[in-house]
Amino acid sequence: MKKSAFIILFVLSAAVWAYFTLTAPARQKLVLTGSSTVAPLAAEIGRLFESQYPGVRIDVQTGGSSRGVKDARMELADIGMASRTLKATESDLLSFTIALDGISIILNRDNPITALNKQQIIDIYTGKIVNWQAVGGSKAPITVVNKAEGHSTLELFLHYLGLKNTQVKPQVVIGDNQQGIKTVAGNINAIGYVSIGAAEYEAMHGTAIKLLPLNGIPASVKNVQNQSFPLSRPLNLITKKQPTGIIKAFIDFARSPEVNPIIEAQYFVPVAN
Amino acid sequence: MFLSQTDKHLSLWLRLCTLISATILALIIMFLLAESWPLLKHGVLTQFISDESWHPAQRLYNILPMLSATLLSTLGALTLATPLGIASAMFNRYYAPSFLASGYRRIIELMAGIPSVVYGLWGLTTLAPVINLWHPPGVSLLCAILVLAMMILPTIALTADSALGAIPVVFHQTAAALALSRWGTIRHVLLPLAKSSIGAGIMLATGRAIGETMAVLMVAGNVVQQPDSLFDSVRTLTANIALEMAYAMGDHRAALFVSGLALMLMIILLAGLAEINKRSS
Amino acid sequence: MLKNRLATLLIWLSVILISAVFVVLVLDLVRHGWAGLSLAYLVDAPLDAGRGGGIGPIMVSTGLILALTISVAAPLSLATAVFLTEFSSKNSVFSGVIKRSLDVLASVPSIVFGLFGNAFFCVYLGLGFSILSGGLTLACMVLPILIRTFSEGLRAAPDEYRLAAAALGLNRAAALRHFLLPTATPALIAGLMLAIGRAIAETAALIFTSGYVDRMPDSLMDSGRALSIHIYDLSMNVAGGDSHANSAALILISLLFMINTLSSKLAYHWMHKRITCL
Repeated sequence: MKKSAFIILFVLSAAVWAYFTLTAPARQKLVLTGSSTVAPLAAEIGRLFESQYPGVRIDVQTGGSSRGVKDARMELADIGMASRTLKATESDLLSFTIALDGISIILNRDNPITALNKQQIIDIYTGKIVNWQAVGGSKAPITVVNKAEGHSTLELFLHYLGLKNTQVKPQVVIGDNQQGIKTVAGNINAIGYVSIGAAEYEAMHGTAIKLLPLNGIPASVKNVQNQSFPLSRPLNLITKKQPTGIIKAFIDFARSPEVNPIIEAQYFVPVAN
Repeated sequence: MFLSQTDKHLSLWLRLCTLISATILALIIMFLLAESWPLLKHGVLTQFISDESWHPAQRLYNILPMLSATLLSTLGALTLATPLGIASAMFNRYYAPSFLASGYRRIIELMAGIPSVVYGLWGLTTLAPVINLWHPPGVSLLCAILVLAMMILPTIALTADSALGAIPVVFHQTAAALALSRWGTIRHVLLPLAKSSIGAGIMLATGRAIGETMAVLMVAGNVVQQPDSLFDSVRTLTANIALEMAYAMGDHRAALFVSGLALMLMIILLAGLAEINKRSS
Repeated sequence: MLKNRLATLLIWLSVILISAVFVVLVLDLVRHGWAGLSLAYLVDAPLDAGRGGGIGPIMVSTGLILALTISVAAPLSLATAVFLTEFSSKNSVFSGVIKRSLDVLASVPSIVFGLFGNAFFCVYLGLGFSILSGGLTLACMVLPILIRTFSEGLRAAPDEYRLAAAALGLNRAAALRHFLLPTATPALIAGLMLAIGRAIAETAALIFTSGYVDRMPDSLMDSGRALSIHIYDLSMNVAGGDSHANSAALILISLLFMINTLSSKLAYHWMHKRITCL
């Protein structure tokens, strides 16, 4: 009795398998891997692209900029995604900027501090300043939130401060943007840094965080757009060879004004006019 | 044993399937070894315990702080979940009116099924801010222990429940005849009888606690350090893999597979302990 | 007497504590996720990185991964369990080694299954990020759970059945089909449900195997996002994804609740049927 149930189950799943493999239209697949910051944006652009090119399927896998670069170089992916410029050691690859993003320092909304200068930020992140009192805040220990190694947000932030990761003395290490935002929103004495787009969205929708200005320039998508904000980065698509065919079509599409509403909906800054 | 022709065929097929099932563990260990080989082949195993810190970008691969974080969080969670889990089982079997017992058992079963992501999310947004009021930074060894305890409690409770349920009625009757109190019966007659099955359940829960990834990643704080107190943030071996795997290349990736090997070693030791527990009963 | 009272008090207190934590957790989920729930949410495709739309394709991917997991793991586990309980003697070295290796496999961390699945199925066998890779990885993961519950179910069948079957001149295959497997059915179903529950809640093993693509899969070779990964991504990577993360979590828990209820009902039903048959 049980055996027949198993046989039915088996035949059923075989049928499902056959259905899916046989009826699958011979669609051309375009694989993108890399930065978790770019991934949601690329997936949305991919959706629109598919509606115009019904014969193509865009697969987006997340994983971080380093992986995007590696996969593009080894041609494991058709296109890599990276939320930074290519390094000198990566000059064998081609990059195409589809949008801009900034990195903002965030504090809890109820923290009385309204601005920090660069030296203060460095001292906080290296553990020379451990109490908010030292920078004019309330008497409370600082919770320093840092990113895990490999994230380009971390590389960019440390580069801006001129620090090595071994010098940073964090109390909390996080993975993706939202974990940072949730950590700071739940801890009045925390300081962290995340993508401006995500931070601005959350701050506007009532999450208990605020964005700190850098060098007196308010952290906002607008100031990234007019390039006055000092800590900004390009979101890039990366290929090994000069793109042709459908790859070229996708990259051109992602850089066209047609996708600007999508880019703005994900709180990034479009580059196409 | 005597086998007919049909049975011989069947036996052969079954043996083959059994072999496939057993090969999986060997395959896993083989792949872990192969992927960590680029680092292991240098033959300096001591670097994983003697390097200054864990900074893979600077080729520093000390996994000792993460090993102790895994051990501490597991031990802490067990200390909390074991008495609570056994108490739950005793409640179901001996204290609760029957309608309450079935309702409570359903709650425990559901707790067992809640995905770790949900526990992690709840820990990060509800539990960590509360701990932070008491002592910053909130996400900490303590938070990890509390969340882990909630996650492994059902395993202990359900296995203890079925272990207590399997005790023959004769023992209850004898205890009643001896006019032992309810607690006296449980403490001196029933618990000793169920000891080894409850022990097996605790081992199972230990395995889950060591291996839990996503929830711990969200609530433990993830700083690689030897914690001085319960309020310090720590990173477990599993969280380390999940946090850095997607970004790792070359030796860094190999070092993460070494973390995986270390986890396997702990699990094998645990299985050995479970075996001793089984033999001694 | 004092000890007796104290014990009663402590036990009630711990039960109240645990129930309270559970109620708070579920209420939190309902409070944040209830608004987003609707029939359309179950069938629509996600929009705007999951902030809008529904989880239709994700439900399909999750279903496919589960179906694959069970259809690979169940027959293999049943065969192994039958071999270990019915066809090997208690102290044979072969079955001893296999039992130990399965014990270890049962507590291998899911993230290690993820590493293995990625290295073996995705890269070595060249299956890539696909529902196939994810399903096979989960099959490896639930295998020891299934074998354990299946073996226990078979072992619980009274020896009289085996003796009676032998006395009737039935071979072992027939005894298995007509006596042992029907007797063990409730345990088999309970095991299956346990495995499905474990697989449906899994995140760590799937992130590196079945991948992140949130659209309707065309074939098993396509990458498909599982429900638990969707929850993780919405809460950790998408600004403003929290309410939908909570809705998805509510759906996942309701699914588990249904599976749980179904399994206990089924087990009861089969048990009942078997007893009246005899």
